[in-house]
Amino acid sequence: MTPVPQRKHLLKSPEVPKDIGSPDEGATVHDTGAPAHDTGAASRGTGAALHDDTATEGGRDDRAVIRDALGVGIAVGLSGFAFGVTAAGAGISVAQACALSLLVFTGASQFALVSALAAGGNPLTAAAGAFFLGARNAFYGLRLSSLLRLPPGTRLAAAHWVIDETSVVALAQRGRHAARLGFTVTGATLFALWNLTTLLGALGAEALGDTDAWGLDAAGPACFLALLAPMLRTGPERATAGLAVLLGLGLLPVLPPGVPVLVAALAAPVVLLVHSRALPGKPGRGYGADGAGGVEGPGGPDGAGGADGTRKANGTEKTEADEEDAR
Amino acid sequence: MSVWIAIGVTAVGCYLVKLLGLSVPAGLLERPLTQRLAALVPVALLAALTAQQTFGADTALVLDARLAGVGAAAVALLLRAPFLVVVGAAVLVTAGARALGG
Repeated sequence: MTPVPQRKHLLKSPEVPKDIGSPDEGATVHDTGAPAHDTGAASRGTGAALHDDTATEGGRDDRAVIRDALGVGIAVGLSGFAFGVTAAGAGISVAQACALSLLVFTGASQFALVSALAAGGNPLTAAAGAFFLGARNAFYGLRLSSLLRLPPGTRLAAAHWVIDETSVVALAQRGRHAARLGFTVTGATLFALWNLTTLLGALGAEALGDTDAWGLDAAGPACFLALLAPMLRTGPERATAGLAVLLGLGLLPVLPPGVPVLVAALAAPVVLLVHSRALPGKPGRGYGADGAGGVEGPGGPDGAGGADGTRKANGTEKTEADEEDAR
Repeated sequence: MSVWIAIGVTAVGCYLVKLLGLSVPAGLLERPLTQRLAALVPVALLAALTAQQTFGADTALVLDARLAGVGAAAVALLLRAPFLVVVGAAVLVTAGARALGG
């Protein structure tokens, strides 16, 4: 989640990227600071070899993983305070706020649920919105399952911790051992602190009074932006983000709470389809070539629409089918 | 009571969807399309969430002090600030902008 610790960690082992894909791709990934998911995908492909390479300095690597995981876990865990305060401000009892953090344990869904309940939403509609937001965790789990390879019993327990932060930390690691360590340390730290600070925030909310006056309503989007930033490296990633912003904002006034975000997720298959058609016969090359081609500039979504607009329109139906297929 | 119902339904649903992702057969992941889709979907969701929580007020879009706060967070991210500094900057700038009447 936090871009900085990951980048530090990557820079500490400059010899590793040469093992990932072609030399060109490795260099590109390293220069720009690899997005966490790219690193994860790469290490899945060559996981065993990478693990052997780094075995000699395993102790140091473990400490680096733990340091990154603690950094993310502590920083985000403390933001449970913001949730506790928000929940109390929305008229949710302290017990209910704590139950949400213990049992739901996925921040965006929790924020969405209390917001919808505060707005007087039907409890099932509110729950549906929260569920839609939580659905993204299925995609994290999809990527984590092959990386962590957990036995069935452990999987039942680990599933509760499959969230943005644990996934990003785990996917940024090279090798199964480091990924499991990162996942566990991030999850344990975050779970303990998130629940503790939820309690403190809910109890302390009365002392704060108007929570918006303290700017705490900006904590949510800032968290999401910090999660998003390290993922915006390539043209398709930026185009996806831009299209999702347009969909999310454009549909907000017309669809029930939580639904616009789910529709915005369709930006991913749309961009993917456009991108794969733009580069026929090179499905395995990754995103690198596209950025150089300038099809989708750094300006993102709005610019990207020009060249690809017609193909995008043609592709919508098919990508919706892909989306269903992927689930 | 209805709040507890909402909490229960959300908790069960969110847990099951997490477990679903972890339990999908590994063979599905061998498909490059699935891998790239799984990488891009969080980008779309997080971008939409960021935008909605910056500009959304229930079902309306508004410009208020949050924009200044999120802008500060973006600057902090460009300066490679740690996570807490990013969030802290957003909170402080939003509170400051509100105090100034924003």
